[in-house]
Amino acid sequence: MKRVALLGMPNTGKSTFFNRLTGASARVGNWPGVTVDLLAAPILLGGHMVELVDLPGLYDLHGFSDDEKVVRHFLENNAVDLAVILVNAVQVERQLSLALQVRQLGLPCVLLLNMADEARQYGIRINVQEMAAQLGIPVVLFSAKYGDQQGEVQRTLAKTLDTARPVQLETVRRSLESDDAIEQTMGRIMEAAVEVPPRLSDNLTDQLDRLVLHPWLGLPLFFFAMFLLFQAVFWLGAPLQDGMEWLFDTLRTNALDPALAGAPEMLRGFLLDGIYSGIATVAAFVPIIVLFFLFMAVVEDTGYLSRAAYLTDALMARLGLDGRSFVMLLMGFGCNVPAVMGTRVMRSRPLRLLSMLIIPLSLCSARMQVFLFIISAVFPASQAGLALFSLYLFSFATAIVTALLFRKHFRSNEPFILELPPYRLPTLRQVLVRGWLEVRHFLTRATKIIIAGVVLVWVLTHFPMGVEEAGPESYAGIIGHWMEPLLSPLGISDQLAVALIFGFVAKEVVVGSLAVIYSLQGDALTQHLALQMDWVQAYSFMLFTLIYTPCLSTIATLKAESRSNGFALFAVVWPLALAWGVSFAFYQGARALGF
Amino acid sequence: MNSLQTAPATRLSQLNPGQEATISAIHAGSEVGLRLAALGFRIGKRLRVMRRGFLSGPLHIRLGTTDVIIRRQDALQIHVAV
Repeated sequence: MKRVALLGMPNTGKSTFFNRLTGASARVGNWPGVTVDLLAAPILLGGHMVELVDLPGLYDLHGFSDDEKVVRHFLENNAVDLAVILVNAVQVERQLSLALQVRQLGLPCVLLLNMADEARQYGIRINVQEMAAQLGIPVVLFSAKYGDQQGEVQRTLAKTLDTARPVQLETVRRSLESDDAIEQTMGRIMEAAVEVPPRLSDNLTDQLDRLVLHPWLGLPLFFFAMFLLFQAVFWLGAPLQDGMEWLFDTLRTNALDPALAGAPEMLRGFLLDGIYSGIATVAAFVPIIVLFFLFMAVVEDTGYLSRAAYLTDALMARLGLDGRSFVMLLMGFGCNVPAVMGTRVMRSRPLRLLSMLIIPLSLCSARMQVFLFIISAVFPASQAGLALFSLYLFSFATAIVTALLFRKHFRSNEPFILELPPYRLPTLRQVLVRGWLEVRHFLTRATKIIIAGVVLVWVLTHFPMGVEEAGPESYAGIIGHWMEPLLSPLGISDQLAVALIFGFVAKEVVVGSLAVIYSLQGDALTQHLALQMDWVQAYSFMLFTLIYTPCLSTIATLKAESRSNGFALFAVVWPLALAWGVSFAFYQGARALGF
Repeated sequence: MNSLQTAPATRLSQLNPGQEATISAIHAGSEVGLRLAALGFRIGKRLRVMRRGFLSGPLHIRLGTTDVIIRRQDALQIHVAV
């Protein structure tokens, strides 16, 4: 099968074009010489069945950013039969350099000028024949978003493939090492083929920017927009999550329980409480991830994300982060999992890792459920609001402290120079394809780890054979007992330590596990908790629960997104240490003050 | 910045919103320099400061058909003639 590589600068509509050509058939895959996943899909071009590979967006073939290195290593190690260079027709005056660099490699190539519609609006006129003649490669002006000239694009690609002769990898490697007078060639072609009006007219983007980037109104508007986004995701998401839970419960009580009634108890427990609950845990995230990415696709594709980076950069730069990390951190207050996945918009790896390290410290909605339960059990109503609010402050503070402590180790070498694309409305299709691809990514990457983790907790709480579930003789109880010297300085009892082991699976499970551990339900459990711990112990336990480790689904996502076991381990160990330190300081401090 | 320069050049970071200027020199290392070049920062190119960020935030610059945001410390490396 022939291989076609898709190249282009960021913000050229590359993924829109890729999705249009491939439908949603793309798969992530590994490639020689490259450490990150690249999307690829088989497509039919004329008479050729070809594999289309979507390379990361890059500014320069000789650049130093992570993405630029990925593209270079890919081209050095994988034979390419055709290079398709996608250029934003509005910005052809600077993006042409990339086309010239690729042509320089000696690869058969085609230049596609995307966003014909926008170029027309700006009054930019491009003489396609002249440009093709100057470049010596086929050129097509089209719109990936609206599908104009899509047929012409496909015909041109197929025709070029017919005559393309394979190029030795060695030739490509050698040309990548040399560079020449691209600037002059560029100037000549621009002169001959492109007409740009000297001063662009004041357009809708300028008018919107005056409001959105306003010195005083910009930030309040940003927080308001984030608030709406957040509310929309979780108001719509909560009923869908409940529905998913109901579906899994119903399936279990009506079909699986009766079907397995005759099976030995251990097998039944393993299948239902282990594997099946694992699958249900994974499924519960699906609605939130779909919704999150539907909305994020809108925020990103409209161009607002770059504006958010502009607005919050003054603050985030001091933490070694940038404005986009802030958007993801805020989203983490809903659910850490999609927020960690969302860091993919940051192309610099150190910046991404640092963002991924702080996002799990956001007080997500699952943790909030636990806190609401414990606060209502232990705190008087007059102080409940204050207690919850202070936990949010702790959440922000731990994120800031973590960023400050580790910014040196995750120093980004990429300059903060971001393009501000004009506002664009994404098409429904773009948004849906994105949501679907993200969910599939989560399912393929995270399912195994999550199920394994749920099974592990089931084993810990049900073995050795015949013990009371999560009782003192179970492995979980034994671990809880071992942890006693570590946790008693924090005011956390053996039994609560077992609840923390459950909370590792998903934080909202903590409440349910307390019910199992104390064999009490509802009000009886609330009253028992109020007797078991005073407010200092309860608050220390909540601080620990807030910080201690990301939940299993977040860890699985961290590992999948960072592609590093070391980083995933660090992202578990650091919050554990921090949780211990914070709870210790709080508990001992409060006791020393006589509370 | 150093004693060799006789007349202090205007830096991009010093321009006011709405001001236009021509790039006269780019004193950036090869990494930043390449990125700047790819985004259209070339000597002789005309640019316009659209706005300056709140609390020493980044600058919003327009070069031809491209809008970029750039931190002030990076903009310091770019010399301009007004």
